[in-house]
Order: sequence, then C-alpha cells, then structure tokens
Amino acid sequence: MEFGLSEEQDLMQETVRQFINQECPPTRLHEIFNAGEGHDGRIWQGLADLGLCGLMLPEKFGGAELEVLDLALVCEELGYGAFPGPFMMHSLAGVAIAKAGSSSQQDLWLPQIANGAQVATLALGEGANGWECSEWSTEVRDGRLHGIKDFVSHAALADLILVGLSDGHFAVVETGAEGLSVESQDGIDRSRPISRVKFDGVRCEVLNESGACVQAIQDVGLALLAADAFGAASRLVDLAVEYTKTREQFGRKVAEFQAVKHQLARLALEVEPTRALFWYAAHALDHLPIEASRSVAMAKAHISERGIEAARAVVELHGGLGFTWECDVQLWFKRMMFDRTYLGTPEFLRERCANLGGL
Amino acid sequence: MDLTYSVEHEKYREEVIDFLKGWPLSGEDARLPIEEQESLFRQHGIDAGYVYRNVPREYGGAGQAPDALKDSIVREEFFRVSAPWDLLNQGAGMLVPTLLEFGTEEQKRRFIPKALTGEERWCQGYSEPGSGSDLASLQCRALRDEEHYVLNGQKIWTSNAKQAHFMFGLFRTDPAASKHAGISYLIVDMSAEGIDVRPLREMTGGSEFNEVFFNDARVPVEFRVGAEGEGWAVSRATLIHERNLIGNPNMMRDTFEDLLDLARRTQRGGQAAIKDPYVRQRLMEIEGYVRTVETSNMLQFTATLRGEPMKAMRPMMMNKLYSTDTMQRIQRCAFDLLGGEGMLAPSPEDIVGWARNTTSTGWVEAYLFSLGPAIAGGASNIQLNIIGERGYGLPRDPRPPEKS
Repeated sequence: MEFGLSEEQDLMQETVRQFINQECPPTRLHEIFNAGEGHDGRIWQGLADLGLCGLMLPEKFGGAELEVLDLALVCEELGYGAFPGPFMMHSLAGVAIAKAGSSSQQDLWLPQIANGAQVATLALGEGANGWECSEWSTEVRDGRLHGIKDFVSHAALADLILVGLSDGHFAVVETGAEGLSVESQDGIDRSRPISRVKFDGVRCEVLNESGACVQAIQDVGLALLAADAFGAASRLVDLAVEYTKTREQFGRKVAEFQAVKHQLARLALEVEPTRALFWYAAHALDHLPIEASRSVAMAKAHISERGIEAARAVVELHGGLGFTWECDVQLWFKRMMFDRTYLGTPEFLRERCANLGGL
Repeated sequence: MDLTYSVEHEKYREEVIDFLKGWPLSGEDARLPIEEQESLFRQHGIDAGYVYRNVPREYGGAGQAPDALKDSIVREEFFRVSAPWDLLNQGAGMLVPTLLEFGTEEQKRRFIPKALTGEERWCQGYSEPGSGSDLASLQCRALRDEEHYVLNGQKIWTSNAKQAHFMFGLFRTDPAASKHAGISYLIVDMSAEGIDVRPLREMTGGSEFNEVFFNDARVPVEFRVGAEGEGWAVSRATLIHERNLIGNPNMMRDTFEDLLDLARRTQRGGQAAIKDPYVRQRLMEIEGYVRTVETSNMLQFTATLRGEPMKAMRPMMMNKLYSTDTMQRIQRCAFDLLGGEGMLAPSPEDIVGWARNTTSTGWVEAYLFSLGPAIAGGASNIQLNIIGERGYGLPRDPRPPEKS
C-alpha cells in the first residue's frame, strides 16, 4: 500500500523540469508563442532524446513500457513549463496504435513514433461540443475516410493523424494523402495550435485488432489533461507568489497586504491538494479499471475548473501587467483554457460522472 | 504506487473484520444501556489489540508495535460498521497524546487509563474572552504558592466543561515573562473549590460550550505538564492532534453519501432532486473536493510512512481548512435541498455534533454545526496565514511591539 512516486518517477520529473528550464524558458516560450507554430524541432528532438516520445510503447519498438501515471507526470511538467509541441496527442496516438493496431501496423508506425522521427496527432472533436463518438459522423466507406474534425492539435505538423470514427475505432491517415485538407483555426493556446481537418475520401487504415478504443484513449487523454492542468495551475500560483513578493506599492511588498496574502493562500489551497486527484486517476487507468473512467473525468473536471479560476485571479494579482501580451501569465492562462475545454468542459464531464456513479 | 496490501496486511484486515462480527453485541450484553455496550466492546477491542493501538499496555492501551498501515486498516473497518473505536474526545484524542509525549510517569499512570475508557472526562481550557486567535495573549493566572498554583481568571468556549472531571489548559504562571514564555500547561481538577462553570448556548440550540471562572482555585504543582514556562510548546503539539481530529476523510465520505441520499429522497418538480441537472452538477463538483480530501490523505499518509513528511508539507498544512471548507460545501447543498424544511429548528436529539444525518432537522443542525470546526483549532483566516507564510514563504503579518 503506497500512494507515492518512486525514485525513478521523481527523477524523471526532475529531469524534464531541468530540460524545460534550460531549453524553453519563458523568453523562448514567448518567441514560439508569437511565431504561432507551437513547435520547435530542436526541443522536440530533446524530448525524443530523453526517451519520452514512446514512454508507454513496448520496448521492442523503442518505447519504455511505462504506465499512464508516468506519462501523466511528464505532462504535469510540460504544463508547468507551458511546453509547446505535440507531445500529449503524439503520446496518445502511439498508445492507440499499440492498443488496437495489427502487428504490421505497429511495426510500420511505432518505431517512428517512439523515437519522435514521425509526429502523430489525434483528430477527435466534431463541432463545439462533440466529444463523444456517438455524436460523430466521420466514417470509412469503401476504405476511404469521410468527415470533418475540429480542434486537431498540430495537424499541420503531424505525419500521421489518428481519426476517431463514429463506430469508436480509429483510422490512421498519413498527411499529404489526397483528399486531406488542413485549415488553421487560430487557436488561443499557441503552444498547441489547432486546425479543422477535412477528409474527403482519404486513403486510410483502420485500427481494428481490438474492439472500439476511442473512449479508452480519451480516458487516458483526460488523465493527461488533468496532469497538464495541475502543472499549469501550480505554475500560475508560483508566478503570483513571485510577483507579489517583489512588486511594491504603498512602500511595501504587495504580498505583505493580508488581502493579497490570503488570496494567494486560497489559490494554493484550491490547487495543491488536487495533485493526488490526478495521481489517483492516472493510476486507476492502469490498475483499477472499474473506477477509471469516472476517476479521470472527475480529476479533469475538478482540476481544470480550479485551475481556470486560479488563472483569472493570478492575472488580477499582476495588475495591469497581467493583462498584457508580454506578461508570462497569459501563456499559462491560455494553456489552462485549452486543458479545460479539450475532451469536454467540467460541466460535460460532471454529468458523465453523475451517470457513471448511478446518480 | 501500489494500492494493494501485502499478504500480512490483507490477513490483518480479515482478522479485524472477523473481530467486528462481535458488533453489535448479542445476547445478554445487547440489553445493556448503549454506553455500557460501547465501553464493553471498546475494552474487547483494546484486549484484541485494535483499539488505542499505539498507547502502551501499562497505560491501558493495546501496546502494539507501530504500524501506520494497520492503524488505517483498523480505522477503516471499525468506521465501516460504526463500531466503538478510539474515543476522539478531548481526553483520549488530545490529552493522551500530549501526556505520552510530555507527561511524567506518574501523570501517565494517573490520567491516561481513565481518559481512554472515558471514565474520566476532559475539557480543554485555552480560549479566553480577550484571547481567541491570539491565544498567547491569555491572562488567566496561575501564581505559585508553595506546592500549588493559585488560579484566577476566566476561560471561555470550553466544550463539555460541565461534564468534565478535569481540564487541561494554558495559564500564565509568570506575568513578568514575555508573552509566550510565561505560560504553563496545567491539569485542573474541576471539582476543586473556586471553580464556577456557567453553560453558554450555541446557535444550534445545544449547550456544549461553557465559561469557566477561577477564583483562587488551587492546582498541585505535580499537575503541571512540561516545565514551567514551556506550556506554549506543549500546547502546539496538542493543537496538531486537534487539527488531525478535524480532517477525517471517512467522515467526509459518509456525509457526502448521506447528501446523495438526501438528494434521492427529495422531490422537486415531480422528480427526485438528484435527477435535476443543476443539483447533479453541484453534487459532482462537491465530490471533486471530497475525492481530493481522500486522495490527498493517501498521499500524506504514504509520505509519512516513508519518513518523508516534508514532501507533503503543503497539503498537510492545508488539511484543516480544506476539510472544513469541503464539509461546509456539503452542508450548504443539503440546506438548499431541504427547501422549506430548512426553516425548522433542530430538536434536542439532533444536537449531537457530527452524526449520520437521516432527518431534515438533523441536517439543519449539521448545517449550523459545520461552522464550529471552521472556527475551533485555529480559525480559517489563521489557517490562510499559516499556508501563505509557512507554505509559500509570504511575508509575515506586521507584529505590534510587545507590551512589557
């Protein structure tokens, strides 16, 4: 009975944090953010060199065969660093192929995904609130993919897109295929730019070695988003603490004012204890299947809700500076907007929790 | 991360479950008054090694080798069937751990066994009319007269003082010393002359609180715990025990389950309230907090077990406020579900502090009562200072110069 991280997990988080501090400090983040591509080949290669691109993939394909919790711990650090790039969707795509791909599909794609040479992403949502496959119309007819997907992260960059089908399976499309068009949606979080992707009779391969796995992959996604949101929220608290300890007004550090100090303590109170909530949810996916779907929905709803409230307060605590484009706060604020929304808002997920809980 | 138990601990859990088949009592014993049944079963629990596991045998405990995992298994299983377990009152819950840490051998032998059985009841004498959050400003005096201290002054918000046989409390033994240094931790026999207890009435309608007046009441010097002038340090340890009593996740989960039951029973708009989308949203948002209490507790537990409590320092510091906030969220929701019945006053049977709620007026009492823990043991605004200053290194409040 142990609800704590291993030394290896602590070390992995420490390594990722150091890597981000060195390779992608806020000055570099702003540059990437402003350029709008949400990607930097050098730092992507850095992640690959750390062995993170295939964290959950089988060793025979160059992966590390670790668990959802390990992946979530990396995502926490990426959220803490507002790290740009396709890491989360790429990881989920790899997991989907490992789960439902045939052995020839796995041989074809997984080594390239595990070493980061190819970038993969996921195409799921259809319309503003269409996160469940029962609401999708994307389908494969005569071996050709037809449909439209919204909010596809890093679609312009990806080599492979895993497309969620209305029957709950994934189809894999190689970008550059005929009939595929990618249209930028000018997303708010420039660390993860989004596009609308149209599939007009595109050649594809369906992953159907196992049953429908779209929901299972979305559940993993919810755990990763909860972790990313926790990391981002923790960073927002730290930013506010640092700023109010240095900013002076009325001849004092503003953190000396009890109104400010208590507001900061409240922010921290809403965020810090929820670390355990995402740990548990991620662990449940690997080891407690009965509770898993509900746990990840609850964790993502709760942490992203608390996180976005914290984000708004942190902007206010920075005063006029907080409202500017130059201020670091906006990077994490927008990270939080993405995390809160992608795969379903808190309201949507709470209703799912209510149903799964038999309410 | 591994939420399974070792074979040894699984076996231990089975033993506990097997033992708990003896509760409720049966046969002749089942006809005893409930208090006697509880005492009897508690004694069985001590003899079997499950109750007061960490209190040595010679003081009336079970004297088991320390094993926090076994502690938690016992707590879970006893709680599950509502069996009498360690008393969590001022005596067994607060005085006993303090005496185990700071008491003399004689004090331990004299006071611990009867505090454990509840035969001798205890109250806590901390707050005074002028000293609430600023407890160290307390003025109640205990001046030395040969082998006694002579007490003069007043304590307030003293729960259960009317029924208590003894008080443990803080008294100013050296008015000339600086604020914190002049305080000693004393045990007071409530039957001594010169002690007057006057009940107060709480907003729930109950009367747990009292004022206690001391007028030349005498306390033997050997009833002092810790050295003279070191009462503040002794009391800090006690306060930690009190905060631990407040953040019990099993209690939180049970109250939340009761809230779900209330939402199922409550009819509004021709259907059960639990089918109302707004109510469902609210319930699930509250459950997010309840799950956080539960999982954060697991995290802290493991950190402590591994001897790395500093890794969980921030969530530990947050426990009290997080738990009392969460309980109040549950109670606010219950109050709204009650509708018009929320205007009913609690009946005397409802006024029991925390309990499983099945009646409307029981919920009304719980709604009111949930404010108590938010104030006791360091009010919420004090908790925010602790979190900000010690957890995040924010500047301390400016302190006015000490009066000499």
